[in-house]
Amino acid sequence: MKLINWFYSWFNIWFVGISLGCFILAAPIGLVFVSVFFPQTEIWQHLYSTVLSDYILNSLVLAFGVGTLVIMIGTVLAWCIARYEFTGRKQLQWMVLLPMAMPAYIIAYTYTGLLDFAGPIQTLLRETFNWQYGDYYFPDIRSLSGAIIMLSLVLYPYVYMLARTAFSEQPAGLEEVSRSLGVSQRKHFIKVVLPLSRPAILMGAALAMMEAFADYGTVQYFGLSTFTTGIFRTWFGLGNGIAAAQLAAMLTSFVVLLLILEYLSRRKIRYYFQGQRAQQVNRQKLSGSKAFWVPFLCVVPVLFGFILPVLQLLNWASKTYSHQLTSEFWLLLWNSFYLAAIAAITAVTLALLFAYGKRLNPIKPIKSLVAMVNLGYAVPGTVIAIGAMISLSWLDIKINTLTERWFDVSVGLIFSGSLFALILVYSSRFLAVAMHNIDTGLARVKPSMDDAARSLGHKPLQILRTIHVPLMKTSVLSALLLVFVDVLKELPATLILRPFNFNTLAVRAFELASDERLMDAALPALAIVSVGILPVILLTLLMDKPSTDSSQIN
Amino acid sequence: MLSSLVVAQQVNLYSARKEALIKPLLDKFTQQTGISVNLVTGKADNLITRLKSEGKFSPADLLLTTDVGRLYRAKQQGLTQAISFSEAIAAVPDNFRDEQGHWLGLSLRARPLMVSVDSVDAQTITSLEDLISPQWKGRVCVRSSNNIYNQSMVASLIAQLGESAAQDWVNKFVKSFARPPQGGDRDQIKAVAAGLCDVAIANTYYLAGMLSSKDKTTQKQAKRVNVIWPNQADRGVHINISGVALAKNAPNKDAAVKLIDFLLTNESQLWYAKTNHEYPILANIAWSELLQSFGTFKAEQVPLSKLGVLNAAAVKMMDRAGWK
Repeated sequence: MKLINWFYSWFNIWFVGISLGCFILAAPIGLVFVSVFFPQTEIWQHLYSTVLSDYILNSLVLAFGVGTLVIMIGTVLAWCIARYEFTGRKQLQWMVLLPMAMPAYIIAYTYTGLLDFAGPIQTLLRETFNWQYGDYYFPDIRSLSGAIIMLSLVLYPYVYMLARTAFSEQPAGLEEVSRSLGVSQRKHFIKVVLPLSRPAILMGAALAMMEAFADYGTVQYFGLSTFTTGIFRTWFGLGNGIAAAQLAAMLTSFVVLLLILEYLSRRKIRYYFQGQRAQQVNRQKLSGSKAFWVPFLCVVPVLFGFILPVLQLLNWASKTYSHQLTSEFWLLLWNSFYLAAIAAITAVTLALLFAYGKRLNPIKPIKSLVAMVNLGYAVPGTVIAIGAMISLSWLDIKINTLTERWFDVSVGLIFSGSLFALILVYSSRFLAVAMHNIDTGLARVKPSMDDAARSLGHKPLQILRTIHVPLMKTSVLSALLLVFVDVLKELPATLILRPFNFNTLAVRAFELASDERLMDAALPALAIVSVGILPVILLTLLMDKPSTDSSQIN
Repeated sequence: MLSSLVVAQQVNLYSARKEALIKPLLDKFTQQTGISVNLVTGKADNLITRLKSEGKFSPADLLLTTDVGRLYRAKQQGLTQAISFSEAIAAVPDNFRDEQGHWLGLSLRARPLMVSVDSVDAQTITSLEDLISPQWKGRVCVRSSNNIYNQSMVASLIAQLGESAAQDWVNKFVKSFARPPQGGDRDQIKAVAAGLCDVAIANTYYLAGMLSSKDKTTQKQAKRVNVIWPNQADRGVHINISGVALAKNAPNKDAAVKLIDFLLTNESQLWYAKTNHEYPILANIAWSELLQSFGTFKAEQVPLSKLGVLNAAAVKMMDRAGWK
């Protein structure tokens, strides 16, 4: 009997499906770790004695700097917008998400253009005060702290969104209890709200830190030595692909450590909300000086993360748009849009199945499989892309050899030479984003609800459709939109794997910018931002009404 | 199988040259010959990896790169084959061609010094070696050693001066930096224009691009630097090529060779010079006015494939010297 139970809990359709899905998605990342078995002593000695400490230190400082800053910005914003009522709140609540549409490398380009020694601001200062180089102090934008600020400005929405949902979904009862017990508002925030929202906040920060670890565009442009720049230097400059993969494996291990820390921090905490009658907290109306500085505080990140860079881009684009707005440009726009849409749907479907399979079969192997695929987010896009290219080409060659032998036809590179490769890499890389959202959503649904539905004879998929998805509508949609925006901005994998005659906005913007034609890159960059804004606005509309979903099932 | 006979002729191109800097030329080729060109652009090393992993089923016919090191690397990995010799190819000088004819140069790029019009008397520097004297300490701007142009430049120094002399130069050169390396070549020129440093090392087409920019400020910045051709009395200025290699399993070899011939016609060579301000690879092609304004120069005579061989050594050398 026991054996049969064991058999059932292991070898069911979920387990097989999840293993297969995970295997395909993890293959590109797995290839990276295979490299560990081929020691490259000589190169590592060289790296160790020269640049390795720089790579490690800079990457760590970058990631933790970004983590700290996004928690600060994101939590404060989320609290102000979820709990206070003030003029402009309605507009601000979607505006604070706008920086998400801005690729980090593009914000870096624009700020460098503005703040560089040769840029307009410093030039103006010099001309006004008749200063020379060395006469005055001006912070160097192209530095580690500059990179931390750039990345934080576009990554804080991750924390904001998760924290915001957590804050607005906390039942009003909690605050009422606190108040009736004579707990001050500040104390309530520290003792009740923050601990309750900690999993959400830390998850947002972990996502931002993973992005920071994997960032290549910004650090490369700023001339910083981090793991990602080191990987390419070792691979292409030193011509050693295996050592480069080992560096990538080391970087990924850092992220594993990060995720373990995050997991440990919330190991013992499980909070469930009832899903019904979770009355929302009434927002507190602000008056006096607070009514002035709260909106001001909320505007600052939007101003620097979105408005200023967009103005700069507009300024550049206004000088170049006339010869760029051709029919080809609209094709780029369409390519970017549908590619991102397909990828978002694929990744979220997979995430739903994985998350749900995990919930249904909470056994170790499934959990660890899913956790491994989540790592893709931290592996630089290029590394996954190359992994996918090698494994898919291998598959294609096998298929072609077979079809040639049997049918005397070669079918061509059906996997590695088509959009399939791109979708696979996007799914592999952005599954974590979708999973984090869906996991948080799913975790808030009481397991007893599943049990109740099961005991009433519902099938698992039925429960997913009729109970979980409606309850998690916000989470599912925010997962969809986040992946969409991420794919829209994605660069390295698109650059490496796209098929013939297929370009996207990100590729175009990057090609021009890397050719040091920032002004020409402005129009495609603006287009990325504008396409990315639509889902961001949609997302906010959704986020403001989390309680309607829950009331539906009463 | 019949369908492949009906399909119009085509060439598949893996290009490290950006779309904007090659597509118009390809369109012209299609117009003239009726052969359509399928293009995918990307970083040279990624394209090489793609070529390699696709093996004998790779659709690629040609690999276009913007530096010789990558052409060498593709050949080294057995991904190329000899291009059948044609009249057009014969006109390309020997040192810009692979010995076995696997690749050849299409345009020429020079990497001279650019000095501040105000603070540097053009006579005071005549060579790269001058830059390591104490006089230039903290006055030179150059981009990161992650960049292939710097890697090739140091590789060519190793080829010409030998390992220890080159290492000595790099070690001392780092002390001349005005700031930690950052940005691209244009940023170095801008830094000179703004007075942050007095000397920059940059490829000429960046300066030319700035001079012909629509933006007034950019133009003004570019006018504040002068080009100095270093080492004219000895080995010559460092140069590199953009070039093309024929893929080993090219499915459309004939059409590919036609495209190479087309890229070597006077018309195409002029286009390179005009659009991206690169020097034509053929000696008999006139330079644009802008290029003429920089003056003529004596170029290094190092066999270019050497730069590919020595690339890793150059990177290690810069790692040791702390050139970021």
